[in-house]
Amino acid sequence: MYSEKVMDHFMSPRNVGEIPDADGVGIVGNPVCGDLMTVYIKVKDNRLADVKFKTFGCGAAVATSSMITELAKGKTIEEALKITRGDVAESLGGLPPIKMHCSNLAADALHVAIKNYLEKKEAKK
Amino acid sequence: MKLRKVYMDHAAAMPVDLRVFEAMKPYFTGNYGNPSSSHSFGASARNALMESREKVARLVGAEKPEGIIFTSGGTESNNLAIKGVAYRNEKKGNHIITTTIEHISVINICKRLKKQGFEITYVPVDKQGMVDPEKLKDEITDKTILISVMYANGEIGTIQPIREIGKIAQENQIYFHVDAVAAAGKIPINVKEENINLLSISSNDMYGPKGIGALYIKKGTRIQAVTQGGGQERGLRSGTENIPSIVGMGKAAEIGQEEMVAEGRRLSRLRDKLIKGVLETIERSYLNGHPTKRLPNNANLRFSYIEGESLILGLDMLGIQVSSGSACTSKTLEPSHALLAIGLAHEEAHGSLVFTMGKQNSEEDVNYVLEVLPGVVKRLRAMSPLTPKEMLR
Repeated sequence: MYSEKVMDHFMSPRNVGEIPDADGVGIVGNPVCGDLMTVYIKVKDNRLADVKFKTFGCGAAVATSSMITELAKGKTIEEALKITRGDVAESLGGLPPIKMHCSNLAADALHVAIKNYLEKKEAKK
Repeated sequence: MKLRKVYMDHAAAMPVDLRVFEAMKPYFTGNYGNPSSSHSFGASARNALMESREKVARLVGAEKPEGIIFTSGGTESNNLAIKGVAYRNEKKGNHIITTTIEHISVINICKRLKKQGFEITYVPVDKQGMVDPEKLKDEITDKTILISVMYANGEIGTIQPIREIGKIAQENQIYFHVDAVAAAGKIPINVKEENINLLSISSNDMYGPKGIGALYIKKGTRIQAVTQGGGQERGLRSGTENIPSIVGMGKAAEIGQEEMVAEGRRLSRLRDKLIKGVLETIERSYLNGHPTKRLPNNANLRFSYIEGESLILGLDMLGIQVSSGSACTSKTLEPSHALLAIGLAHEEAHGSLVFTMGKQNSEEDVNYVLEVLPGVVKRLRAMSPLTPKEMLR
């Protein structure tokens, strides 16, 4: 059902965990639906210095979370905001059609985390 | 740790017993006659058909082999039984009683009948998946023409009080259909003593080939065909008989009857060892379904804070094949209706795992599952934002 790349990210997920003093946190999904993702970001000089995640969900949910941390790390805020759900799926060698909508939420979680960071920054001004 | 192949998804598919396979072989290229033919090839096929009918009839305690109609499987048997009775008895009444825990085929047949003007009552089950016969009795009206209750649930394992419900149906002169797909060949069934009018069974759920099943119909039950054709199977299931598969199902029924008691005892021990081992070693793990009135090969367990499909994938990488009632493993993206019927919240249903054992499974298999499962659960819990922090220390 899943590509080798998805299984690799599922079995050996990159950047699992929390960032206690994160600059931004993004939570998307709902345990009732079966998927809940939390993405933490640390920003330095307008770049994502660190990205970590915690995910409850299926294989695709875990793999997309892991992949988004790899895609986003080191990118500028502007570049990271341009990463789409499609980019995540493509980087994983594709996802089963049924998983494209329900479990491919990692890009959204990243965007919410960045928005959270920008709002906090704005509030400090 | 040595990787081990452990298939524990027998509710999804079973291997064909080699004795069944051998019995089927002559009917593909040598003995390929049509039972409707007048010549000797036809006679030989007719004999094979009759013998299989007798074997299946014996397995379910049917008085006469003529009561057995071969179909393409459990789903078709359920369609013929429920629609066949509903359409034939429409003038007498339009009310059908079933339960919230039935196989999806029964539920979808009832949904269709509702659109056609029938009234359907779904009797709820308790937290262990058990139907209360008294509650069911209270739903009977003078329009009730059929009661349909499964013998046992293949997913949560709970075995229903079929005898009591059969008595209620008989006292009220209402037809009683039982979907016994998950039970046949695993636990004793007696259609006569249990007052069953119609009973659905499937071949692959007892080590027979896929694509063949049967419906027992008690003599005198008013039912009509749902497919039209050349009038085979007493006009109730037209189409040239699938003799190789029918022979296979007959052999599977014969073996099932002979070995049921010993195999049931062996599997119940393995099942109980698995359940006890998991509940003792993994915190926040729970048993779904009834603790004792359950199929000998079924253990349905759930784990808080994690999701079933990722559990399946994690176990598959270690050689273990199981199922889950999680929405993420279904085509509809809805969790198993059986788990919701026993009162679980969606997030609880997502964390379920179904182990269904079979003939090849041994105690070593159970030991292996008990050895590796805690690690898979721990890994996923460490990744989950729902896991309480104190559990990760």
